[in-house]
Amino acid sequence: MEEAQLPIVELRDVDKRYGEGPLILDKISFSAKRGDFITLIGPSGCGKSTILKLISGLNPISGGRIVVDGLEPSNAVEKLAFVFQEPTLLPWRTVAQNVEVPLRLHGSDPKLRSEVVRKSLSLVGLADRVDYYPRQLSGGQKMRVSIARALSVSPRILLLDEPFGALDEMTRDHLNEELLAIRQQLAWTAFFVTHSVAEAVFLSNRIIVLSANPGRVYNEVRVDFPYPRTEETRESAGFQKLVAEVSKILRSVERLH
Amino acid sequence: MPALVRKALPFLTGVGMILAWYGVCLSLSADQRFLLPTPHEVARAFVDKGPALWGAALNTGGGALIGFALAVALSFLLALFLSLSPLVRASFYPYLMILQMTPIIVIAPILILWVGPGLKSVVIITFLICFFPMVVNTTQGLISTDSNLVAFFRMCKATKWQEILLLRVPAALPYFFTGLRIAATLAPIGAIVGDYIAGNSAGGQGGLGFLTIIYSSQFQMGALFATAAVGCLLGFIFVAGVIALSWLALHKWHDSFSHADS
Repeated sequence: MEEAQLPIVELRDVDKRYGEGPLILDKISFSAKRGDFITLIGPSGCGKSTILKLISGLNPISGGRIVVDGLEPSNAVEKLAFVFQEPTLLPWRTVAQNVEVPLRLHGSDPKLRSEVVRKSLSLVGLADRVDYYPRQLSGGQKMRVSIARALSVSPRILLLDEPFGALDEMTRDHLNEELLAIRQQLAWTAFFVTHSVAEAVFLSNRIIVLSANPGRVYNEVRVDFPYPRTEETRESAGFQKLVAEVSKILRSVERLH
Repeated sequence: MPALVRKALPFLTGVGMILAWYGVCLSLSADQRFLLPTPHEVARAFVDKGPALWGAALNTGGGALIGFALAVALSFLLALFLSLSPLVRASFYPYLMILQMTPIIVIAPILILWVGPGLKSVVIITFLICFFPMVVNTTQGLISTDSNLVAFFRMCKATKWQEILLLRVPAALPYFFTGLRIAATLAPIGAIVGDYIAGNSAGGQGGLGFLTIIYSSQFQMGALFATAAVGCLLGFIFVAGVIALSWLALHKWHDSFSHADS
């Protein structure tokens, strides 16, 4: 219980600039507890995707400190998985082979691999598509494969950079529900970037609103609807009210410029 | 009916062209007749010169294939090297351009002095013609990998070799085959030109380029046309081979082979 209260990810006064360029992130500080589902939202240019890249260790920070499960981000890659904006699959590999890639790169045992692949794909409901090529899948299915691939390494932290942004609303709602259902089973901590307020409210227990140029933490909204959340959560009056509230905050951030 | 017409059209075009050819032949005056053989004279040349033509085609085809294969293999290795960094490309591309810009006709006599006339020279000339488009296309493919996929591989702690073999090389295949297709059309031409200027006729080693020299010196117009046709056929065989290879490598996953309904 005590361990559960320790932050699994902590950002302290994190600055970021690329080379000699302008400041992108200015003293970003927040921390995530185990099991948090944190959504970063804000106007374009607020650096929300950059924050994910910094946590993943993909890009170095320019100032401050990030601790991921007690480690520097670049030493913590085994604990993380990243889901990109695009499905980012290898088109020449089948669904199963794509899910297998991270395990294969780590050099894990083939028998274990096929077992994990099977499990990951059935979690996202694509167990019957193992031998398909990405070309043969719909946009939503490709994104599911991408999520299954991220889950295959049993991450403790999942970083999702607008994964459903390119999908139609129906598919997006559906995948949101599936994502939460998977989370019920595999309790990871999630950092999620989106432009959609409704998506942010539906998924997360904490929404961090950022302002832009440079990116700063502007406000934080707690979302207290109990999990599991369903279609009914989305239709409830409390949900609608919170969406309106967050939208209002977002508008006031945009007026800052 | 329209479907039938559409199917018959390419055939009818061919018939029309042959008729037009006859028309031009008939319109020539008697002292000009030797300039353009009739289609049936070309066909007869095929029969009369058959053994010489096919033997020469085999020699030229063999030279073309060896030069082409060498170009593919070495261009791939060079492309891997060039893909390492922009600095490497900047330092090597200009010299690669020089290689491409130097006229083959000037290189040929040098080659003859270096390695002697014959198969070696033909192979080297074919190689020189095929090499550049292969290097350029394969390199472009190797450096055009989706940046998110590269980031994904790095997050998975992939080694540089894993990144090259499991990501960059397969991602470059469509570009590689574009280069291969260009090189396949050039290879037989390169071998014929090579044989023409640096071939060796001794002991049945002559190719289509050598036959061209013989037939043109004897004003055997029908045989010259037949030689051209055989060269053309050789080109088709090379291109068909490459198309078959690219189908094998790409049809399952690449969009260029997807069906209209997908």
